[in-house]
Amino acid sequence: MSLVFAGICSHAPGITGRAELADPALKESFHAAFRHMGDQLHAARPDALIVVGAEHFGNFFMNNMPAFAIGMSDQYEGPIEDPAWLKIERRSIAGNAALSKRLIVEVMNSVDVAYAEEWKFDHAISVPLHFLTPKYDIPVIPANINCQGPPLAPLHRAWAFGEALRRAADLVPERIAIVATGGISHWPATPDSGKINEAWDREFLQRWGRNDKAALLSYTDVETYRDGGQGGFEIRTFIALAAAAGGQGSVQYFKPIPIFAVSCTIGTMSIQCRTS
Amino acid sequence: MSLYGLQKFLYELNRNPRTQTRYQEERAALLQEYPLDEQERAAIDSGDIGLIYVLGANGQLLMHFAAFLGMPWPSYIQAMREGVVRYGPVRAGVYTMTLGLDEKVAGV
Ligand SMILES: [Fe+2]
Repeated sequence: MSLVFAGICSHAPGITGRAELADPALKESFHAAFRHMGDQLHAARPDALIVVGAEHFGNFFMNNMPAFAIGMSDQYEGPIEDPAWLKIERRSIAGNAALSKRLIVEVMNSVDVAYAEEWKFDHAISVPLHFLTPKYDIPVIPANINCQGPPLAPLHRAWAFGEALRRAADLVPERIAIVATGGISHWPATPDSGKINEAWDREFLQRWGRNDKAALLSYTDVETYRDGGQGGFEIRTFIALAAAAGGQGSVQYFKPIPIFAVSCTIGTMSIQCRTS
Repeated sequence: MSLYGLQKFLYELNRNPRTQTRYQEERAALLQEYPLDEQERAAIDSGDIGLIYVLGANGQLLMHFAAFLGMPWPSYIQAMREGVVRYGPVRAGVYTMTLGLDEKVAGV
């Protein structure tokens, strides 16, 4: 077994880009929890970090939209957003093309994943890396689930993608970490930005924490849109992570911060063998 | 109505520095390359964030156009509200407005 770390985190661009508009103590409590997750990640001594993001047209557009994609390059770049807007400096980030290829080949046994030899990280990956690997000292393998341009893959396929990533991680000799990034309920990039359905978020995280597959997969997109907004479609990444890790989740930080547009969330999940 | 073309323009503007330069230096020629109707072309030309929002552009694309035009976050949010007042509810897509005009849940 070579999956050595599994976690979830928020990725909203406001977390860095609008940090100065937030209550300083609140902002710092969340940033500290984010950095602490990075400490736990490093303690697991991973050789590579798979970041399962839900990007926002950094690379993929409706001309040719993959439901699932994995990067296959030795070098990435990010953030694609104006660095002054996101308040994260643009830089190159090391990948591992050979390892990506071995993972992709295995994932393809059950999920028809797209591969990408070019990938510019947007806030879905750049914001988490800013806190988790501030020295950019762990090679990154970006993965994406389309949560932006409907039609979207159904939740059970996000689950299957997570299982496929796990199978692939277990087959390679490297120590693999997986972090899934996204929001729960949110209405970003609308006049409603900052609207958060805290009860819905808590219910989702309870299902996630006990890794209740049936409950996690029971949301319809109509319900998610109604209760969690268009941002809620990003639950796909957290669901994939639960499928990959197979254990029990522990929410280390949860706090709605409206100026960041989401319930700011940090969680880790134990890694267990899944027999079914 | 060519929302796809409008969004394609925003996508390429957001990720391509050369498109950003051309927007400043040869905007008419640049916009010729996209299947835009007159209203869409004018909205992009004048930077009418409120109208582009109402036309249904995905917010994750539009947000960066507003930043590119130099709009601070509160102005961008307000421009979308004013677009709804002026042009009516969002006509397409999933980035609709669900709160009232005065419900500033994040304080902006
Ligand atoms: Fe997102």
